[in-house]
Amino acid sequence: MLAEIRTLFKFRPLIQSLVSRELKARYRGSVLGFLWSFVNPLLLLLTYTVVFTLILPGRQSQNIQPYFLFFFCGILPWTWFAASVGESAGVIIASGNLIKKVLFPAEVLPTVTVLANLAHFLLGLPILLVFLAWKGKLAWTVLLLPLPIFVQFVLSLGLALFVSALTVHFRDIQNILGHVLHLWFFATPVLYDYAAIPEHTPLRQALRLNPMTHVLVMYQQLLFHGAIDHWRGLFLSLLVGILAFAAGAFLFDRLRDTLPEEV
Amino acid sequence: MSASPLPRRLAIEAREVSKRYRRFMHRNQFKTLKSALLTGSLLADLRPEETFTALDDVSFEVPKGSTFAVIGENGSGKSTLLKLVAGITKPTSGSLAVDGRVSALIEVGAGFHPEISGRENVVINGIMLGLTRREVDRRFDEIVDFAELREFIDAPVKTYSSGMYMRLGFAVAVHVEPEVLLIDEVLAVGDEAFARKCLDKIAEFRRRGRTILVVTHSLGLVEKMCDDALWLRHGRVLDRGDPKRVVDAYLTHVAGGEETQLRAQQAATRAEVAAAPVERQPGAVPGAVEEPAATGYRPGRWGSREVEIKALRFLDPRGRERHVYVPGETLTVALQIHAAQPVEDFVFGLGLYSADGTNVYGTNTDIEGYLPERLAGEAEVRLTLDGLSLVEGTYLVDVAAHRRDGKPYDYHRGLHSFRVKSRVKDVGVYRPVHAWSFSGGVALTPPEPRGELDLSDEPGA
Repeated sequence: MLAEIRTLFKFRPLIQSLVSRELKARYRGSVLGFLWSFVNPLLLLLTYTVVFTLILPGRQSQNIQPYFLFFFCGILPWTWFAASVGESAGVIIASGNLIKKVLFPAEVLPTVTVLANLAHFLLGLPILLVFLAWKGKLAWTVLLLPLPIFVQFVLSLGLALFVSALTVHFRDIQNILGHVLHLWFFATPVLYDYAAIPEHTPLRQALRLNPMTHVLVMYQQLLFHGAIDHWRGLFLSLLVGILAFAAGAFLFDRLRDTLPEEV
Repeated sequence: MSASPLPRRLAIEAREVSKRYRRFMHRNQFKTLKSALLTGSLLADLRPEETFTALDDVSFEVPKGSTFAVIGENGSGKSTLLKLVAGITKPTSGSLAVDGRVSALIEVGAGFHPEISGRENVVINGIMLGLTRREVDRRFDEIVDFAELREFIDAPVKTYSSGMYMRLGFAVAVHVEPEVLLIDEVLAVGDEAFARKCLDKIAEFRRRGRTILVVTHSLGLVEKMCDDALWLRHGRVLDRGDPKRVVDAYLTHVAGGEETQLRAQQAATRAEVAAAPVERQPGAVPGAVEEPAATGYRPGRWGSREVEIKALRFLDPRGRERHVYVPGETLTVALQIHAAQPVEDFVFGLGLYSADGTNVYGTNTDIEGYLPERLAGEAEVRLTLDGLSLVEGTYLVDVAAHRRDGKPYDYHRGLHSFRVKSRVKDVGVYRPVHAWSFSGGVALTPPEPRGELDLSDEPGA
């Protein structure tokens, strides 16, 4: 695992330029260009606002009003997570030519995916902060945001390494993964309030096992509630994240030599 | 890999290197995660049993500063070897050590992203090949000038022509300043001028004492530029040493392969034609002209078969059957004839055609004034062509036995062929015996005198 971190660190100029290439290439040729990084979350927000104020109104507790803002606090980091893991599945196959013809550590590729999506997340964050300030929700706790971001980064990177290497051998993962992430979305308190689910119920127990739950709750606390009382959960998620990273790095290393032959 | 000790004078050392790939069987190809989980064979699948040996016990060493060529037919394991030296894949067994920074020109521009500019791609590609950001910046102008792309460098790479793409890729790769440069047939692409430039760049590398490992089919290049050559066949080393000798051995072997192929091919055509009913052949219609309509040169066999050409053999000067010749050799065409009833009116003829159907030469016994007397039972007719004056290529031979008025007994069209192989790639069909001479204010370095390949010891089959 340490070797993996060292490799990634050593290749950071490459990672850096690949991330910036990824960001530049994504919106190249579109009219709005980089603005899409802002417009995308806004449109997402608009869609869900319509759904939850017009189509399914009034189901949310008083605790999470204004609801659209609560939702925004969750969907932004979730999008980073889902896109990172989802895109990493195909990233090695898509760069097959590169893997086969140029000598460089393949783990750079899923790392770039996670980082590029982190960049999108960070670009969307100011919009969220503006809305929070507008609704008078902005608290000093936003300064602690790097903590959940770090935990989520470790967890996402671990999963991305795991998924990217395994997909080369089992292409099915690319198809399954979308559904898994969809289910995972509903199993994570993005749309609803974790605190509103009664303690000691099986549902609550199940949600507790999901490392993303604690990350999301932490975001919501820091951004929306201005509270900071979910440290234990976040710490557990960090442990799970480190475990996931170790497992991902181990699997990636085991499969490394087979990658150029199988893609 | 570079950690393993390597004698100071060596750049690359391979010891008993083998590489086995997983062979894709239908059974495995459709194996999916679900079935792997169901049968619990997930881990077993990652250690496959069905393998294909791409390289088998290959050993060689490349001294620092030398240029080393790897030759061999397609699928002989050349590219696998290059990937191993580049470190992209690892040997299954054996050891491979490389000393110094390696740059592999396996596929130039492999890392380019079509949507972003040439400028950004140069930077990323350079970093990918092992340069630092600062080194790329320092060499940037040189790279762009070499690629001759200054005015396009800020356009997205997807707008480049394939030649521009290739030039940029090559330019980046050679400016990485590798101590060991690996080249896989990249010089085959690009226009004449750029190919020349690449060769100059490679020559410059040699002058500066860098090590080069080249995989190529350009055997002329191997003879001209390389210090050492390795011939691979089915993943094994067949020969190794002086490039001229290795190239000759390889070419002779290739000729042998062509020989086998030609033999099999002709046996097949002949069997096919022999099986066809005589009535369906065009000339079998009573009163038909000797030549079928001039719609083209189509292989076939026709005639009444009162006189039958039962077999045709191409014989070399030692009287052995052979299908591949070099210019200047003597070729004898031997026909085995059978006449069921004695006949007194007969002519034997031969036509020589190039592969596109152009008539190179034609003659028969009647034209040359031989008067037929009698033909009965078994007979053999031989025509000896002294000193084949032909350039490299495949030649078709028509043979016929017919009456003097042209009515065919047996006509073989396009059923027999032989090949001429030459070291000199001159053009046309006919190569007269010729010599250049120069006088006055002109000076040329004559080529190294080298005879054609000696095929007499290569029976082929």
